[in-house]
Amino acid sequence: MSVALDHVTRIVDGVATIRDVSLKLESGTLNVLLGPTLSGKTSIMRLLAGLDKPTTGKVMVDGKDVTGIDVRQRSVAMVYQQFINYPSLSVYENIASPLRVQGKPKAEINKRVTEAARLLRLESFLSRTPLQLSGGQQQRTAIARALVKGADLVLLDEPLANLDYKLREELRTELPRIFEASGAIFVYATTEPSEALLIGGRTIAMWEGEVLQVGETPAVYRRPETLRVAQVFSDPPLNVVGIQKLNGSVEYAGGVKAPASGLYQKIGDGTYRVGFRAHQLEIADGQTGRHAFPATVTVTEITGSESFVHLHRDDANWVAVLHGVHEFEPGQKLDAMLDPDSVFVFDAGGRLVASPGSA
Amino acid sequence: MARIDLVDLAHSYNGDRAPTESFALKPVTMTWRQGGAYALLGPSGCGKTTLLNLISGIVTPSRGKILFDGRDVTPLSTQKRNIAQVFQFPVIYDTMTVGQNLAFPLKNRGVPKGEIDKRVAEIAKLLDLTADINRKATRLTADAKQKISLGRGLVRSDVAAVLFDEPLTVIDPELKWQLRSKLKALHRELDLTMIYVTHDQTEALTFADTVVVMHDGRVVQSGTPAELFEKPEHTFVGYFIGSPGMNIVPAQVSGREARIDGHRIALNRSYSGLNGGKIEIGVRPEPVDVAAPAPDLLSAKIERIDDLGRLRFARVRVGEVKLAARVPPGFSRQGDIAGLRFDPAHVHVYADSLLVEGTA
Amino acid sequence: MDKTVNQKAWFLVLPVFAVVAFSAILPLMTVVNYSVQDTFGNNQFFWNGVGWFKELLDPTSDLGGRFFASLWRNLFFSTVILLIEVPLGILIALSMPREGWQVAACLVILALPLLIPWNVVGTIWQIFGRGDIGLLGYALNSIGVNYNYVANDIDAWVTVIVMDVWHWTSLVALLCYAGLKSIPDAYYQAAQIDGASRWAVFTAIQLPKMHRVLLIAVLLRFMDSFMIYTEPFVVTGGGPGNSTTFVSIELVKIALGQFDLGKAAALSLVYNLIILIVCWVFYTVMTNAGAARPRKQGTA
Repeated sequence: MSVALDHVTRIVDGVATIRDVSLKLESGTLNVLLGPTLSGKTSIMRLLAGLDKPTTGKVMVDGKDVTGIDVRQRSVAMVYQQFINYPSLSVYENIASPLRVQGKPKAEINKRVTEAARLLRLESFLSRTPLQLSGGQQQRTAIARALVKGADLVLLDEPLANLDYKLREELRTELPRIFEASGAIFVYATTEPSEALLIGGRTIAMWEGEVLQVGETPAVYRRPETLRVAQVFSDPPLNVVGIQKLNGSVEYAGGVKAPASGLYQKIGDGTYRVGFRAHQLEIADGQTGRHAFPATVTVTEITGSESFVHLHRDDANWVAVLHGVHEFEPGQKLDAMLDPDSVFVFDAGGRLVASPGSA
Repeated sequence: MARIDLVDLAHSYNGDRAPTESFALKPVTMTWRQGGAYALLGPSGCGKTTLLNLISGIVTPSRGKILFDGRDVTPLSTQKRNIAQVFQFPVIYDTMTVGQNLAFPLKNRGVPKGEIDKRVAEIAKLLDLTADINRKATRLTADAKQKISLGRGLVRSDVAAVLFDEPLTVIDPELKWQLRSKLKALHRELDLTMIYVTHDQTEALTFADTVVVMHDGRVVQSGTPAELFEKPEHTFVGYFIGSPGMNIVPAQVSGREARIDGHRIALNRSYSGLNGGKIEIGVRPEPVDVAAPAPDLLSAKIERIDDLGRLRFARVRVGEVKLAARVPPGFSRQGDIAGLRFDPAHVHVYADSLLVEGTA
Repeated sequence: MDKTVNQKAWFLVLPVFAVVAFSAILPLMTVVNYSVQDTFGNNQFFWNGVGWFKELLDPTSDLGGRFFASLWRNLFFSTVILLIEVPLGILIALSMPREGWQVAACLVILALPLLIPWNVVGTIWQIFGRGDIGLLGYALNSIGVNYNYVANDIDAWVTVIVMDVWHWTSLVALLCYAGLKSIPDAYYQAAQIDGASRWAVFTAIQLPKMHRVLLIAVLLRFMDSFMIYTEPFVVTGGGPGNSTTFVSIELVKIALGQFDLGKAAALSLVYNLIILIVCWVFYTVMTNAGAARPRKQGTA
């Protein structure tokens, strides 16, 4: 089964929450909607489900126009950020509820519920009620209920956002396995790039109601087509600096000059913007061919395996990430090094013109 | 400014006659130095919010004492303890402007108007709120409102400690970075004792000089982020800190080697007498490299490889045990079996979940 | 959320339409018809156009005079009971326990006056206030207070007001209690930390957080008190004289007492219009108060 949005626009109170979006999703695929809050992820999911109608454009299932059809007649399941379960029913009954509505025979209900419970590791909790479970277990119950329906389209709206950090990590590693076992079309909305990378599949990068780029997740990560996509797909935030190329040398905004080496050799003269992720900015010495930026440390954040060094340079705030524990004093001046072979170069209109690994 | 001492502090929500095992906070004795930045880190239900509420005075402990600079504050109410608290969601007075919100604690204490205005301007500048000082507080975004909450605490110059109860919960992810850095910068500037409760290890480790890891009502380990990361004293700390967490593998340990699944792994230190109880080795995924299968490497089945952009991790299985290991940049997967290379310097030995030191 | 359109739903509404048309719209149209006629109900109609309305709005005429007098009485009554019931309700809500079995007990006690049929309320107070067999009347008279709601204007007013306060304060209290309960504990803790006095906690936290609920309470109480009929009618009958004759009582006097249906119809239409306008004003104020906050545009 395939689901498609055909030039869909949705206007609410005079504001376009979704702008001319066209998407095609095939069965058995994992699709991640990645974007900041208010970028339109939930609106898209509601349009796919049939909860909302597009102002213009069509929603197609298997080539047929289903735009007017009510959500109850579509094969859809949805999991929300707030773990939504029937509080008075046991976990078993919660998971069984869509099957009971469909009127399935008792033996089949039992079989499918136990299978879903096994997949989500809920077997020992089947007789408890949701309030007796932890947040992670409640969300697993909601996911099991969505899966057991056997719906062709399963939508998950930031389902891990309300969970403890470690629980989020655990569920995150289990989700790909659960998705693959099912065969439906999965759409997973998140604001965190690391979740998109962990889930894999395809990523749909969004910003303010528009779809910026669609592709295999690692490909979108490594080759963001526009500056916006790179910003959406970076955590910590993307470092950006303006640059001018003229006659074989480049000048960065803030006055650092360097020969046009690395990727800069591939672009013509003109004004560009260079974006690089935190791990592409180096602080250690000893590498050749780097461009050096004098900067001041504002604060160092240590997470154990990594240290995030916040720098202030020419009125902009940059972040570098280093492996291991590194302490820098706030106010300390150092040179941040950039490898011209490992940056993203965007033209004045924000389009990608050079990236690492491009021919 | 205060040094905080916890003396045999414990609390049960079921009265102090309940068995100690059921206490929400098991007895703890600790000293927190003045001006330190502390994080209480642990999963839901570990007792961290209970501990915070005991320090702020909202809850009176079933047992033990709390001292501020040597003075017993246990019987004192919240007001008299001179602390400031920032909650999970912004708490602001709807009817007042930003400036009036900041001035409120000083007004209640009868501080003269001139001084109030001066202090409010100072704190507003510190928190980048000067532009909004005359706006109605309800109109601001969530992170600005949290700053106002924080500002109300900082505006009193005699505040002993600032307590944070998961303050970034309602903040947008992009703004979390900014607010985190701001809190850390503030701590350096103001030299206040700050105590930060969270279940998010990134927040704890980035904010605090000393992280207090809690589990099931107990303080499991307290140390710098580097200490907790490199040398977890309890398997829970190893599991909880680091993403992914530490691998905990049952093994037999004697002398300078450990045996997993019949395969030998060299250790940096010598261990003896580890026969009874639960013996495990703990090693983070980063010092475990995935390589092509070889006779001298522990054999494992690759279940999946996760590409996190700047790192790659492999989820592998040795017998029944699941492990996470680092995938070095050059590695290309040939089939499902791989060899695991362990760095002995980072392998720790645990007996009954507690770290065993071993001899050099 | 806009649901997909399904025209079949209209059929479900038809029976309701029929019932409402029969029981409300047709009679309303009849009243409108009567208001432009001069009739005493025996099916004889003389066209009067806007005559009744003109007379109604002219304070010097008999009809107009009675209308305006009763209107002022209504306004005075509503203002007084609002001034008493709202602070009293807030006070009761503030004093109620927050948890434990006492909460259920208080809620039940508060709900009792609200459950009594209105004419029974009137009857209770009518007997209660009597000097011979009423507990209140007898007690007051025996301590020397000359209390007689039948003969004395002020006593009648006081009785009617006290009766309404007794009857309806619980509603305000329950609404305020619900509003108070929804305030998270963290606000009180923050106020404690900020050293706020009890009064400051009330003005800075509780009152602002209750303002929506209070608006509803005021709207409900104003509407109900403006339309009041049963209770004062049972107790005082509109007397002594016409000192407690509210618009509703006046209306009934004209319609059923004098059978002057034309005038009554006109009066009832104007009465209705006044209430509608007041409700609309309140509603606009309420929704504007809500719209003053920054609205999120759509969802993510």
